[in-house]
Amino acid sequence: MKSPRRFPLGLLALAVVIAFLVIMPMSLNRYGLYILSLWAVMTIAALGLNLTLGYAGQVSLAQGAFVGIGAYTAALLTTSGWPLIAALALAIVLCFAVGWLLGYPALRVQHHYLAFVTLAFSTLAYLVFRNEQWLTGGIYGIVGIPRPVVLGWATTRPLPFYYFCLGLLAIVSFALWWLVRSPWGRAFVALRENPMRALSLGVDTRRYTLMAFAIGSAIGGIAGVAYAPLVEFVDPTPFTLTLSLNLLMMVIVGGSGFFFGPFLGALIAVLLPEWLQSIPQYVKLFTGLQDLPNGFKRINELYLIVYAVFVMGLLVWSPTGLLGIADRWLAERRTRAASALRAATAPTLGKDAAR
Amino acid sequence: MNLVVAGLATGAIYALVAIGFTLLWQTSQTINFAQGEFAMVPAFLMLAAMNVGLPFWLAILVGIAMSMVLLGAVFKVALVDPMLRHGVLPLAIATMALSIFLKEGVKEFYSAEAQAFPSMLPAGNVDVFGATVSLQSVGAFVVAVLAVVGLQFFITRTSLGRQMQATAQNPAVARILGIPVERMIMLTFVINAGLVALASALVSPIYLAKFSSGETLGLAAFIAAIVGGFNQIRGAIAGGLLLGIVDNLSAAFVSTQYRGAVPLFLLIAVILFRPQGLFGRAEERTV
Repeated sequence: MKSPRRFPLGLLALAVVIAFLVIMPMSLNRYGLYILSLWAVMTIAALGLNLTLGYAGQVSLAQGAFVGIGAYTAALLTTSGWPLIAALALAIVLCFAVGWLLGYPALRVQHHYLAFVTLAFSTLAYLVFRNEQWLTGGIYGIVGIPRPVVLGWATTRPLPFYYFCLGLLAIVSFALWWLVRSPWGRAFVALRENPMRALSLGVDTRRYTLMAFAIGSAIGGIAGVAYAPLVEFVDPTPFTLTLSLNLLMMVIVGGSGFFFGPFLGALIAVLLPEWLQSIPQYVKLFTGLQDLPNGFKRINELYLIVYAVFVMGLLVWSPTGLLGIADRWLAERRTRAASALRAATAPTLGKDAAR
Repeated sequence: MNLVVAGLATGAIYALVAIGFTLLWQTSQTINFAQGEFAMVPAFLMLAAMNVGLPFWLAILVGIAMSMVLLGAVFKVALVDPMLRHGVLPLAIATMALSIFLKEGVKEFYSAEAQAFPSMLPAGNVDVFGATVSLQSVGAFVVAVLAVVGLQFFITRTSLGRQMQATAQNPAVARILGIPVERMIMLTFVINAGLVALASALVSPIYLAKFSSGETLGLAAFIAAIVGGFNQIRGAIAGGLLLGIVDNLSAAFVSTQYRGAVPLFLLIAVILFRPQGLFGRAEERTV
C-alpha cells in the first residue's frame, strides 16, 4: 500500500520527466529526434501489450502484426488523401475487431493457446503484407507517407513530429491510467492474480480476458499509425515475428504489470544499440588505447546478442523485470522502517506494562 | 504419391523436434521457444568439429555430445532451474531471448551464409512404392523412425524410461515413489538435446545449414506438437508426419507465396475444433 504522503513526490518526479521530455529534445539533431520518436511509438505498442500481458496475464505474440496493420492502414489512407485521424480511427476499430476474432477461439481453451494462435497470426499477417501487392505494394512497400497536420500545425519537421508522438503517447498513457483504475482494470488484475476467485466473484473471465487482448491490440494499431509517418515508408520487413518478440521483451524487461514498465523497457530496447555504439569511444577515453580489439569496434553490431544476454540475466535475477527489482527494494525498505518503528515502540510498552 | 513419401521424410524430422518439445513440456512445463534454434545450432557444432579436422562420423557424434551438454545440461542448469519456480511465462520469454542469442551468435561468430552440410548418404534416387524419392530423404526417414522407436522402447520398456514417464505424468507421486525426479527432468533435457541434434544432422544436408533455419523448423515443430496433442509423444509423431505431408502437398498445389500459410491454417483449425490435438486427451481444465 502506498502511503498518501509519498504521492506528491511521485507526481513531482513525473513532472520532471515530462519537462525533460519536452525541453531536452530541442537541442537534439535529426537522428536523436528520430530515436526519441521511435521510443514514444514503441512505448505505445508496449503499453498495449502490457495491458494484455501484465494486467490480464495473456501472452500475445501478435503485437508486431497489429502495429503492422496500423501502419499499413495509415500508409494507405494518408497516401490517398485522407487525414491521419481517419486512419487512426479505422486502425483502432480494425485492430480491436481482429483481436476479438483472434482471441475468441483461443481463450475458449486455455492460457497458452493464445500465444500459439497469435504466433500463427503474426506469420500470416507478414505473408499478407508481403504478397498482396495490389494493396500493400508487396516488398517494395508504400513510399511518401505524409506527416500529419495537427490543429493547423504542420509536423513535417522532426521536432514537431516528435511532439506529435509524445502527445499521442501522453493521451494513450492517460487513457490507460484511467482504464486500469476503472472497475474494468480491476477485473483485469483479478484475472491475472487469481482467475478462479475472479470467476467465483462474478467476473466473466473469458469476456474480460478477450476485452483486455482486443484493447491491447487496438493500442498496437495506434502505435502503427504513428509509426508510418515517422519512417515515411512502410514495407513488410519491420513487422515480422521479431517485432512481436521485441515488444514482449520490452514489457518484461521494464516489468510487466507495472504501469511504467513499458516506458523503461522500450527505452532500453531502443537506446541500447546507441549506447553500445558509444562504448568504444569511452573505452578509448579511459584506457588511452588507440587500437582497440576488433570485438570492441563491432560491439554495436552485437547489440542483439548483448540484449538477449541482458534479458536472460535479468529474468534469472528478477522475473518481474527492472521495476520488480525497484518494487522489492522499496517494499523491503518499508518493512525495515516499520519493524524499526515497532522495535522503537515495543520496549516502552514493555516497560509500561512492567510498571 | 511422390509428395506424400517425400513429406513423410520431412515429417519424421519435424517429429523428432516436436517430440523433444513435448517432452520438455511434460516433465517441466517448459515451453521452449528456442527449440528451432536448438535444431540449428548442432549442425554448426558438427561443422566446426569437421573444420578442426575430425572425420565426418566422429564430427556428428561430437556434435551430438556437445549439444547434449550445452543445449541439454547447461540450458537446464543455467536458465531453466532458476526460473522454473516463477511459473511458465518468464521462462518462455527467457527461451525467446535464448533463441535470439543462438541465432545471432551463429550469424556473428560462424557465418551469415548458408553452409553446405555433407550427407551421410550418397546422392541418388530410389523407388519406394512406385514413387521416386531421393536416397537422402529415405535415409532421413529411416534414421528418424529408428530414433523414435528407440525412444519409445526406452520409455516403455526400461526402468529408467518408466521412471521418466512417471515423472512426466505426475511429479508429486513420482517423488513419493522414490523416483529421483530432478535427475529424470535433467534426463529429458539431455534426450531433447540429443533428438534435436539428430534432427539437425538429418535436415542440414537437405536444406543447408543456416543461422535462420531454426525459425521454420521451430515453427513446424511447434505446430506439429499442438496439432498432434501437446501432452502426447505419439501425438507429436503423428503431428510431425502429418505436417510434413501437408507441407509438401501445399508446396505443390498452393502458390509459393502462401505455401507457408497452410500449416498455420491447420494449426488454427485444430485449435478451433479440437484444441486437445488430434491424438491428445483433453486436459482437465484448472480454472
